[in-house]
Amino acid sequence: MALNGAPSIEVLSEEAWLLRFGDTIDAAVNARVHAASRRLQAALPGIECVPAYASVLLRFDPLQWIDIGAATPGQRLHDAVRASLRDAAVVVEDVRVATIPVLYGGEHGPDLHDVASHAGMSEAEVITRHTAADYRVAMLGFAPGFPYLLGLDPALAMPRRADPRLAVAAGSVAIGGLQTGIYPQALPGGWQLIGRTPLALFELASTPPSLLQPGDRVRFRAIDAREYERLATTGGGDA
Amino acid sequence: MNASVLRPGLLTSLQDGGRQGYAALGVGRAGVMDGPAWRLANALVGNAGDEAVLEFTLTGPTLRFSRPAIIALTGATVDARVDQHALPGWTRCVLPAGSVLQLGGMRHGCRGYLAVHGGFAVAAVLGSRSTDMHARLGPLDGRMLRAGDVLAIGEQKAPSSPRTTDTPRVSRWGLDPRPWFDDMARPLALLRGHHYAQLDAASQRTLFDASFHVSKDSNRTASRLDGHRLALRQPLELISEATLPGTMQLPPSGQPIVLQAEAPVTGGYPRIGQLAAVDLPRLAQRRPGDAVCFRETTLDESLQRLARRQERLQRLLCRIEERLESA
Repeated sequence: MALNGAPSIEVLSEEAWLLRFGDTIDAAVNARVHAASRRLQAALPGIECVPAYASVLLRFDPLQWIDIGAATPGQRLHDAVRASLRDAAVVVEDVRVATIPVLYGGEHGPDLHDVASHAGMSEAEVITRHTAADYRVAMLGFAPGFPYLLGLDPALAMPRRADPRLAVAAGSVAIGGLQTGIYPQALPGGWQLIGRTPLALFELASTPPSLLQPGDRVRFRAIDAREYERLATTGGGDA
Repeated sequence: MNASVLRPGLLTSLQDGGRQGYAALGVGRAGVMDGPAWRLANALVGNAGDEAVLEFTLTGPTLRFSRPAIIALTGATVDARVDQHALPGWTRCVLPAGSVLQLGGMRHGCRGYLAVHGGFAVAAVLGSRSTDMHARLGPLDGRMLRAGDVLAIGEQKAPSSPRTTDTPRVSRWGLDPRPWFDDMARPLALLRGHHYAQLDAASQRTLFDASFHVSKDSNRTASRLDGHRLALRQPLELISEATLPGTMQLPPSGQPIVLQAEAPVTGGYPRIGQLAAVDLPRLAQRRPGDAVCFRETTLDESLQRLARRQERLQRLLCRIEERLESA
């Protein structure tokens, strides 16, 4: 790790570097990841940036960026990366805050009861704590639009199920260890399901197709069955 | 103009160069597993270069073309016929209207490519006509071909429109597949991965000395390697990071896997190696049971090989284009 918190650079392949900002799941590290990723993406439009918990993958065309055969083949890219991380003039758009309405428990959150017992509290207390926290989209992965959210109240942490479900309904809000996430489509999954949102997390017709972007802030809002039905038919829209 | 799918083959899907720019949203690239074979198939039929083709695995599909069609087959050597006429690969073939193209088994290799002049006219999804079977994205709602599917074929540009013909006509010229589809026995070049140093001493030697073979559980997501289990000095707890095709991961089972075109966007297994980019299609062409050996390479060497291959490919694409224009 270099001075002033600059990331270490690991050369993964001919066409990819990994910028590493740390090696733990940590909100402060992840915030730096997203700030850097946005900067790099703005400054180097031909390069694909893929942020994760503590790292940003850069994927580029080596024939365009690497001086093959030169004494220091990656120097140009290295300089461009360092410059854009240093350059305070690069405008980074404000972090968005998305509010996700959730119908907790019942058929939409079949594991809410287990999460409450595991935490030694009532279901209502689980909902209160889950909606009280500020979350951050640490990364998207597993499936298109699946957000890994940091910020779960540690009292609600619960290991994954021993027997994963073959099909988890689209929109299911779930807890896996210290993380919480939302299934964007019907998928197999082992996280504990505590509720469901009527919002579509990933729609090809939308630009961008994912409701949540890496680095977004997220809050959950408890809704009742009637509001769930209303939002499901109108397509939501208040997030 | 369309192609009806009479038999789908073992695992056949529409693919192009892949879906770039959406990995941060959890959308992988997918795309063809053998890039040069894809580019050359398109060039042979006179397509611009990035049209979708059919990628088929071990056993090809059977298709009926509603109108005359210009096709080319590249990649693995597949048994191809229309009625009693056997068709060669790596060249252009003009098929009469109503032709039933039967693609059978493969003598060598694992993945074949079929390009059609005009391209398969499917809508691009997030900028690509590649099928992502895990995410269920792309043509046919992201699934492989099924019997009964009808694939529309794009507008045919005048110069290379097929003349009326009763039997298949094969071009008198073709490509030498050798540099693009070569000696299966050669070792594949592998860069040491970040966690190579964490392998125990015996595993470090085994990786470069021993012969592995491709597991039958391999697919478009990963080539799994059987034959030797590798072990770390001590277990590593890693957090998820973005992943890449060509990365050799070591899951707790000790069975190394090399990620392929449909690699997941993120993963958390130790990365013990990275296959040289030019050798990724070679691995994709190994069949289940085929032997795989690795030799150590450097980033410098693999970059030079990549640049040389691109030059060779570019030259050949230009020559094919000139040839088609003068025809």
